[in-house]
Order: sequence, then structure tokens, then C-alpha cells
Amino acid sequence: METLSFLTGNFNQILSLAWVHTLLVSVAVGLAILTGVPIGIAITQSQRAADAVLYIASVIITIPSIALFGLMIPVLSMIGQGIGYMPAIIAVLLYSQLPIIRNTYTAINNVDPALREAARGVGMTAMQRLKMVEIPLAIPVIMAGVRTAVVMNIGVMAIAAYIGAGGLGTLIQRGISQSDPRQLIIGAVSVSLLAIVADFSLLWLQKRLTPKGLAAAV
Amino acid sequence: MITLDKLTKIFDTPNGSITAADHISMEVPTGEICVLLGPSGCGKTTTLKMVNRIIPATSGRVLIHGEDTSQMNTVDLRRNIGYVIQQIGLFPNMTIEDNISVVPKLLGWSAEKYKKRALELLDLVALDPAIFLKRYPSELSGGQQQRVGVIRALAADPKVMLMDEPFGAIDPINREVIQDEFLKMQKELQKTILFVSHDIDEAVKMGDKIAIFREGKLEQYAAPDDLLAHPANDFIAGFVGNDRTLKRLQLVTAGEVMQQNPSMVTLDQPLDEALQLMESRDLEAVTVVNREQKPIGMVRREIAQVHRGSCRDHHDGLPTVIYQDDDLRSVVSRLYRVDASWLPVVDGEGYLQGVITQRGITHHVGATYRTQA
Repeated sequence: METLSFLTGNFNQILSLAWVHTLLVSVAVGLAILTGVPIGIAITQSQRAADAVLYIASVIITIPSIALFGLMIPVLSMIGQGIGYMPAIIAVLLYSQLPIIRNTYTAINNVDPALREAARGVGMTAMQRLKMVEIPLAIPVIMAGVRTAVVMNIGVMAIAAYIGAGGLGTLIQRGISQSDPRQLIIGAVSVSLLAIVADFSLLWLQKRLTPKGLAAAV
Repeated sequence: MITLDKLTKIFDTPNGSITAADHISMEVPTGEICVLLGPSGCGKTTTLKMVNRIIPATSGRVLIHGEDTSQMNTVDLRRNIGYVIQQIGLFPNMTIEDNISVVPKLLGWSAEKYKKRALELLDLVALDPAIFLKRYPSELSGGQQQRVGVIRALAADPKVMLMDEPFGAIDPINREVIQDEFLKMQKELQKTILFVSHDIDEAVKMGDKIAIFREGKLEQYAAPDDLLAHPANDFIAGFVGNDRTLKRLQLVTAGEVMQQNPSMVTLDQPLDEALQLMESRDLEAVTVVNREQKPIGMVRREIAQVHRGSCRDHHDGLPTVIYQDDDLRSVVSRLYRVDASWLPVVDGEGYLQGVITQRGITHHVGATYRTQA
């Protein structure tokens, strides 16, 4: 009951925290798409580069987030951004690389060789092949990677409240430090709900972006 | 005209280098289909793919209408060569219209022009544009997809086409239909075509010329009838099969082999006139025609010898008739089926044009062996 009354009493504040949370994850994953997709495409050209890049991305994802924040504080302090939203966004950007790069790489690599040959045979340039054939066919798998990244990093962003990034993690952090189960529960439940809502919205988006002819085949 | 000049491909593999195509030189005249034929791994596909540089040649030249293609930009070269592959390779993310329009779009045609062209081409292969234009490849049957694959290659009206086992993935019944359709189109289009196949029957049917490959070498390059009649070595003889002479039959039509100005009698003629005719020409039977000169029966010599009266009362029905355009394989098959040594040949309207005899057929087929001997 107390939890409910806290919820109704602070509804606007919770909404604004959720909004900040969403915004931070969106910006970070958005940037991760801008870097990860081109990297994923580029490494299809070289098996050795692919092995190296995927290995590094796998190592990054094993670093605990709290440790990563700790590592970034001295580095980013040099530009006066040791704490706050900047390290949080950078961390999420780094964590998002593996699912996005790996899915892009796999999807482009798995384009039917016959289609690739047909695309070359009709006289498409490498860029035209990417734009007209390979990327459209890879969209569903790339989007699946983006969904993984978003859901995972909504959790990571909650922890970033400890370095002052803001977002729903603030409630959890306060709940712990003030031994206030109301804030703790509301923070945890909101983060979970946000992850579920984000996953479903991105699934909807994925279906919208998937070329129609591919949907018909499934 | 496509000219291959000492075209060679050497693949470097961990187990040493492999010569996939070894100094292939040949010429395909304008408007002809040349079938590259051989067992798998013989170099026929490698040779084909060197023409549009899907596989870059190690050495040698490809000339199209006398122009050395090594001077041309790869992308431009490919846009000017129609390319059909066995896996069809329609882009699943594009509608049929977009698939057909791929090359015209790459060449920068106006939307009006390439849309009109897509309609024309669908009509050409009897696919209703109202139904198919906006469909996706996954909604089409295999045969329909392959037709679209062929017209996509024809879209920008290239003079030269490369077809890599284009009908290989289709069931045998549909394959026959599509082959026939394609030959009909080719009669009008007169493209210069390199066509890879591993099937001797397809090669004989489709090819104006056949090039037989073995282990990267061009073993024989000849017209189908020549190849079947005079295989250059034991490998080729084995590859084209022990029944190669029977395969030659499908290359000849009844009209080419029939005896013209056939003997005939009308229903009202007396039987002894028919007998005289047969005796003077040493025939076992003679065709009976109606007033329009359409065959309706025959009079046998043994019947004419023992009966009197008119042909009307003493003729037998014809078991079947042969059309001028029928190939000899189907003619022989029907002669055997009805146990006849001859049959009348008619034109498309049913008028008697000649007679075809088993002896005439063996004589025709054997002619080439006699001149060689």
C-alpha cells in the first residue's frame, strides 16, 4: 500500500526518470548502431579482422559495468566528465558493440551466395549491392542485435545512477541507501517494465523494417 | 559474336595450382546458342564466368563483337550482358517488377521506360502483369521464378547472354516447357548465348553448337549433329552416349527426310489404277486422298491384286499421320507404335506433302557415315 501511495505521490518524477533513462539508452544504442553496423559490414571482408574485432567486443562485454565506470572516471576526468551521463553513454555504447557487430557480421555473411552472384552479375557496384540487396536482407538479424543491446543496457543504465547519470537507477540507489523498500521496488519494477516495453516496440519496428518479400517467405 | 582467345584460369589452392580452364579458344557467331557441356569440374562454368568476370581470367582475352572486353569497366560490361544462374537469384526483398527493372535502373532508364519494359517482358513469358508485377519472388512457383530470372536478364536488351544451367533447378516437365518457350523467344530475339549444361539432351535441343569440355580443356566444338555423328574421341563418344545416333533423330524434321511428290489415288479411282501405280513405282501401298488432297486412307498392294472395284470400297484407314515439323524421334516412335514402314506426311493445314519411310530415315541418318568412309 505504501509503495502504491509513493507511486501515485511521485508519479511525475518517476515518469521523468523513465524518460531520462530511455533517452540515455537510446542515444547510446543509436551511436552504437552508427559505429557497430559499419564495423560489422567492414569485417566481412577479412576473416582475420572479424576474429580480432569480435574477440575484443566479447572481452569488453565481460567487464562488469561498475568496474568499467570506475576505469572511466580518471580518464574522462581529464575533460571534466568523470561522472554524469557521459561515462554512462560511453559504457552502453561499448556494451552494445558485440550484439550489433556480431549480428550485422553474421547477417551479411549469411546472404545467399547465389544472390550475391546475381547482384554482381547484373552489374551492381559493391555499394549498390550493400544498399539494394545485402542490408535489406540483413535487417531482421541486425534489428535482433539492436534489441538485445537495448534490453541488456536498460539494466546497465540503472547501475549508472551510481555515477550520477540519472534515470530509474536513481530510485534503486536511493532505496538502498535510505533502506526504503518503496523506492527500491518501484525502481526495480519500472526498469523491468521499461525493458519489456522497449523489446516489444523494437520487435514491432523490426517487423516494419523487414522487407515485405522476406516476411512472405517466413 | 563472342570470341574466346586462349582463355585460361589457374586457381591457386593449398594443394598446388589447378588449371580450371586451359587455353580455351572458340567463337560463337551472332544469334547462336553455344552450349558448354561436360561433367562437373570440367571447366565449363569457369569459362562462362570469365566472360562477365565473376571469375577473373588468369590469361587470355574475351572479345564481344570484336571488342576486347579487358578494356571495359567490369560493372559496365556486366550491365551489357544478360546473366541467368541455376539458383535463379531473384532478390527476395524486391517485387517482380523491381527485379526485372534492376539492370534498366542501374543503366539510368526513366521510370516510364523501365515500367513499360517490365510489362512487355512479362507478356513475353505469358505471366499476367496484373497478377505478378507487385508480387514477391517467394510467392511464385519455381517455374515462374525461372521465367522471371530469364526476362530479368533480357530487360536491358543485351546482345549477349550467359546462362549457367538456367533450367537445372526445374522439374523435368516444366523444364521441357520452358526450354521450348525459350527457343521460341530466341528465334525472334537472336541473342548470342553461352549456355552451360551437363545434360546432353538439353545441349542437343538448345544448342546451335556444342562445346565439350574435359578437365579444363575444350575437346570438341561442333554442331550437335556433327558431334553426335562424329565424336572426336572415346571420351566424347562415351559422354554423348551409345544411343547417340538416336539422339540425332531429334535434330531432323520429317519434312527434310520425306519423299516429295507422293503417289496418291482418289476415292473414285478404280482399284486397278492404284495397282498399276504401285507396280510401276514398286510400292507396297499408296495413300488415298479426298478432293482437298488430304490423306484419308491407303490401299494395300495385296488387296488391289485380288479385288476389283474402286478405291472407295477397298481402302484401309491410316493409323496416324506425320506433320512436316515433327522431329524424326517422334516419327520413328510412331512408326514403331503402329508397326508401319511408312506414313504420309502433311503440312500444318493437313494437305498431303509426302511420305516418310523407315528406309528413308536410315538412309538420311547414315549419309554422313558413308561420306566419311
